[in-house]
Amino acid sequence: MDGPILSVRNLTKIFSRRGQPDVTAVNDATFEVRPGECLGIIGESGSGKSTVAHMITRLLEPTAGQIFLDGEEITRLRGAGRRRLYQKVQMVFQTPVESFDPRRTLGDGVGESLENAGMSAAAVREEVARLLAVCGLPAEFADRYPHQASGGECQRAAIARAIAIRPALLVCDEATSALDVTIQRDVIGLLARLRRELAMACLFICHDIALVQDFCDRVLVMHRGRIVERGTPDEVIRSPREEYTKMLIDSVL
Amino acid sequence: MTTAAPAACRQENRADGGRARLWAFGALAVLLVLGAAFSESLCPFDPYAQNLSAALQPPSPEHFFGTDRYGRDLLSRVIAGSRASIFGTILLVTLIAALGTVVGVFAGWTGGRLDAVLMRLSDMFLAFPGLVFALAVAGVLGGGLHNAILALAAISWPKYARIARSQTLAVRESAFMKAARLSGSPEGKIIRKHLLPNIAGPILVTAMLDIGTMMMELAGLSFLGLGAKPPAAEWGSMMSESRGLMTTVPWSVYAPGLAIFVSVMVFNLLGDAVRDALDPKMRER
Ligand SMILES: Nc1ncnc2c1ncn2[C@@H]1O[C@H](COP(=O)(O)OP(=O)(O)O)[C@@H](O)[C@H]1O
Ligand SMILES: [Mg+2]
Repeated sequence: MDGPILSVRNLTKIFSRRGQPDVTAVNDATFEVRPGECLGIIGESGSGKSTVAHMITRLLEPTAGQIFLDGEEITRLRGAGRRRLYQKVQMVFQTPVESFDPRRTLGDGVGESLENAGMSAAAVREEVARLLAVCGLPAEFADRYPHQASGGECQRAAIARAIAIRPALLVCDEATSALDVTIQRDVIGLLARLRRELAMACLFICHDIALVQDFCDRVLVMHRGRIVERGTPDEVIRSPREEYTKMLIDSVL
Repeated sequence: MTTAAPAACRQENRADGGRARLWAFGALAVLLVLGAAFSESLCPFDPYAQNLSAALQPPSPEHFFGTDRYGRDLLSRVIAGSRASIFGTILLVTLIAALGTVVGVFAGWTGGRLDAVLMRLSDMFLAFPGLVFALAVAGVLGGGLHNAILALAAISWPKYARIARSQTLAVRESAFMKAARLSGSPEGKIIRKHLLPNIAGPILVTAMLDIGTMMMELAGLSFLGLGAKPPAAEWGSMMSESRGLMTTVPWSVYAPGLAIFVSVMVFNLLGDAVRDALDPKMRER
């Protein structure tokens, strides 16, 4: 069997700012994501989920620990190495509309990684239209600006952008939290389908335990920067070992 | 429900009015700039030809603004002076906006110690009483329009550096910048394609509104003898030349004064219109 696509060891992030007490946002987190697997991370707001996601995607410098992607250490990757990393890992953000440049079209955003990979302008256009179609958006959305599309439509475009270069790992940081419940279900359905079709591993961050239940193979529960519980969704939801997890479940179900 | 429709309507009207204002003042500004560009062929008389027998004539159909003490046609001198005043100002504003933006973006983007040093430096410049410092710089460099522009540029860029830096800091943290990073774009491309277009608005508006101020300061330096030198036609130095005649031959001061007033007004109103047009609340969806 292949090694894990993502391996995180003793990852820690401490935010220290002058005149303020240090904040340990992530404390000694260790976990793995196997190829094609979907790992959920749940936890209340402020528990450190986004900080984990940002360190994995190299948008934030870890304080300590190591991150391996596909066997290669990426903990301190910079420059061209970091740019190459984004051919393997992509991210969908919590704020769909704001994740697109307000002065550029959705098509520009979806096609940017293809353009950077050296694809010709005409080929990019064609591929963008195809990707939008895959994500359930008509081709005309390529020429729309983010403020001309709804949150759900922008999130579909954001997913099209994330799968454009066929990453091995997709990080979804509360990708559905900002959406209406019905739209939320559609987007989850889209993600589930893409995950099957593209055999993509997924790190699915969410504060809603109910969403994780159907979508994830395993879950981690985070509390104040620590991973306090782990297991299959059924295990975690049926027989939570920690008080905190029980509370989290009770608050939703 | 009932209030929503009129509000939307008002919004639309304001947006329409804004667009009309933008076009009107834009056209006037373009007219001024074109006038300055073709000032030589627009002058009815040679602005430098002295004719002492026709000195100090009051405004008449032939000499619309009258003549000065050397008998030079004041209308021609005002038109000829527009080149130094308007182009000098535009050059100055372009210079400080560009320099300030480069410094501010650099400071905001790299952060850390360099940011701190650059911002302390601009604080120092901002703490000086501007025109006094410009006077000192112009005094050291010597007179002449070019040195006046350099002196004003030296004291005026920090305002733009501040704006560019704070905008850069705000935009840098936005989700779309993270997305741009994840698309594998190198930093230069991210700055060029995503950062600059998103911070350009406030800088452009500041620059437009600054044209009026800078035009006055440039004229002020010339008035004090530290800018354009006589006999060169420049509005500030023209006012200075005639200031002794203010009570007896008022038109010799009114002519350049009116030119400054009208130009400053046009560019200020254009700046307001540009600001309103770029205000996202006024933009149609
Ligand atoms: N840039 C930052 N500077 C200081 N503290 C931060 C920063 N980003 C996040 N934090 C803190 O780290 C903790 C975890 O935040 P985050 O990872 O965003 O939580 P979550 O995504 O689970 O809601 C919070 O206490 C938050 O205030
Ligand atoms: Mg978060």
